[in-house]
Amino acid sequence: MTEKNPNQITEDLLRPVFETSWRYLALVVFLGAFVVAAFSAFAYQVYEGIGVWGIRRPVFWAFDITNFVFWIGISHAGTLISAILRLANATWRRPVTRCAEVITVFALSIGAMFPIIHLGRPWLAFWLIPYASERQIWPNFRSPLAWDFFAINTYLIGSVAFLTLPIIPDWALIRDKARGWRKKVYTVLALGWRGTPKQWSRLETAMHIMAVAIIPVAVSVHTIVSWDFAMAPVPMWHSTIFGPYFVAGAIFSGIAGLIIAMALLRRFLHLEDYLLPLHFDNLGKLLLMMSLLWFYFAFAERLTTWYGNEPAETVVLWATQRGEFAPLFWLMVVCNFLIPCPILAIKRLRTITGTVIASLGVVVGMWLERFLIIVPSLSYKYLPYSWGEYQPTWVEITIMVGTFAGMVLLYALFSKAVPVISIWELKVGLHGVRSQEPGVRR
Amino acid sequence: MEPKPQKKWAIVVDLDRCTGCEACVVACHAENNIPTVGPEEAAKGRAMHWIRVERYYEDNFPDVKLKFRPVFCQQCDAAPCEPVCPTFASYHTPEGLNGQVYNRCIGTRYCANACPYNVRFFNFFNPEWEKPLHLQLNPDVSVREVGVMEKCTFCVQRIKAAEINARAEKRELRDGEVQPACAQTCAPRALVFGDLNDPRSEVSRLAKSNRATKLLDELGTQPKVVYLERASWHDGKES
Repeated sequence: MTEKNPNQITEDLLRPVFETSWRYLALVVFLGAFVVAAFSAFAYQVYEGIGVWGIRRPVFWAFDITNFVFWIGISHAGTLISAILRLANATWRRPVTRCAEVITVFALSIGAMFPIIHLGRPWLAFWLIPYASERQIWPNFRSPLAWDFFAINTYLIGSVAFLTLPIIPDWALIRDKARGWRKKVYTVLALGWRGTPKQWSRLETAMHIMAVAIIPVAVSVHTIVSWDFAMAPVPMWHSTIFGPYFVAGAIFSGIAGLIIAMALLRRFLHLEDYLLPLHFDNLGKLLLMMSLLWFYFAFAERLTTWYGNEPAETVVLWATQRGEFAPLFWLMVVCNFLIPCPILAIKRLRTITGTVIASLGVVVGMWLERFLIIVPSLSYKYLPYSWGEYQPTWVEITIMVGTFAGMVLLYALFSKAVPVISIWELKVGLHGVRSQEPGVRR
Repeated sequence: MEPKPQKKWAIVVDLDRCTGCEACVVACHAENNIPTVGPEEAAKGRAMHWIRVERYYEDNFPDVKLKFRPVFCQQCDAAPCEPVCPTFASYHTPEGLNGQVYNRCIGTRYCANACPYNVRFFNFFNPEWEKPLHLQLNPDVSVREVGVMEKCTFCVQRIKAAEINARAEKRELRDGEVQPACAQTCAPRALVFGDLNDPRSEVSRLAKSNRATKLLDELGTQPKVVYLERASWHDGKES
């Protein structure tokens, strides 16, 4: 990276914005097909009734809320990691931060759709908004779902601001280089950026404030998501460990998502000279730490439940350890701990391929973790007479596959509109001009 | 004038009287316009019975004991279903009943997850009645549409009707005047409905029995359904 001169950086990173290959269009069509299928499945569900899902009494939440928590978890990659790295002034962060911040915005948007599409009557979702209605009814502020509404919207607004602020100078760069319709669009997007010292100073202040503010917001969001469960007197849900457990799990899956996204970008946008093995190595170490932390939480949760020996909780515990859910549970342990730990702990294996394999494991494992938190507890809730098994249907699976395709699609579309690596931040790093770096106090 | 004491509606279920005939289930379906979902949906666990008779088998063959327990909304005083609803569809009425406002329900299903008794039922599809059953719907009870949660109301329509009658006749409600459909149809009189705040009512008398227990009492939900059951310790035997 250090050998690159500023013109080369500009040329390399703006190439995806200005040039579009047929392969890219094919990818967009391919991914778009899955997204269309998911929306069709949702339309079918609204038309027929949510009974086309596999949910039943007593398992009223399953894939829907699993995907909700999973995507909100993935969203913790970005803003949180980027904010911490900015505040810690880790200089290696420069090519990574924007990739991470984009994940947050898109994963959060996808995750936030699930509380709406999982409703029995999704067309009434707006009743969660506190607006002055003629019936004088407010949302119930005692409900964790109302807390969710505010937490997620706060995080979404915050992370959009955190993502777009440092894009402004890059949009201005595109504006200066573009012609025709692009010029018009980017003139609007660049918000009159001229690069005056005053503007740089304001950007710096704004980024610094956002980096500090977004961290508690991110932590609170996943804590509140965990309280959707912890507030209800359901066996294995009603636990004080859930807040930190969910936050740690979210960062864990978020880093894994980031590593996979970076590897794909590196490959398809030819960013081999920018996203270096060093970045994967550093993020791999972070992932290793989170894997150990995850194991600690999972162990502590289960040990206390087993030792406490409370009858209703014990039923759920054994259903996951050696009963119906045991295969999924042990697969989760393999994916979250047994695969990533050795790969990430051994320096020789902590390569780009190695970290991607570990990350794929973690993404699968963390999805399973959320499923295993939700479904077994509901299946085996108290009175044995009303226990019940859950089986997903094609509708739920289609919607879920659609969200994964949607995530990649949004990422691909974003890479056309914005350079996925912050050009000006790289150049600042090149010159070592620390005074012009947002988020760093002089 | 002294303020009228608040009603505290309750049901006492005498498990030693219950024969498991399930007449209460049928009566409840008829009274409350509860749809039948058909065999396939029922096999998926989507049958809607606001009252169900749970069957438990104790001991081993040939000395098997069959136990019945009618379970329905326990009308908890500290109901876990109520605070979790984001739209106040699940709501505590001034009389202490767990109201369910169908029009306000958006179908998050959180209440049903929070309910330890699994007595909340969800309309996975729009309800249908085979002809000519669609002509026998009870006009006093609204029919619920797809995506809405529903559950036992203690036949609130009957409570309200009796109260209106009593007020028109300028008198107090008499004990036993209000009968939910399940209690009315219970041949062995295993289900008794009444006001717990009236010390002379039959439910008050029965609730003081040393056979009285509450279902999942340890969760602190403070149910208003009292189960009477002769247990082994009443005979001085170890179980």
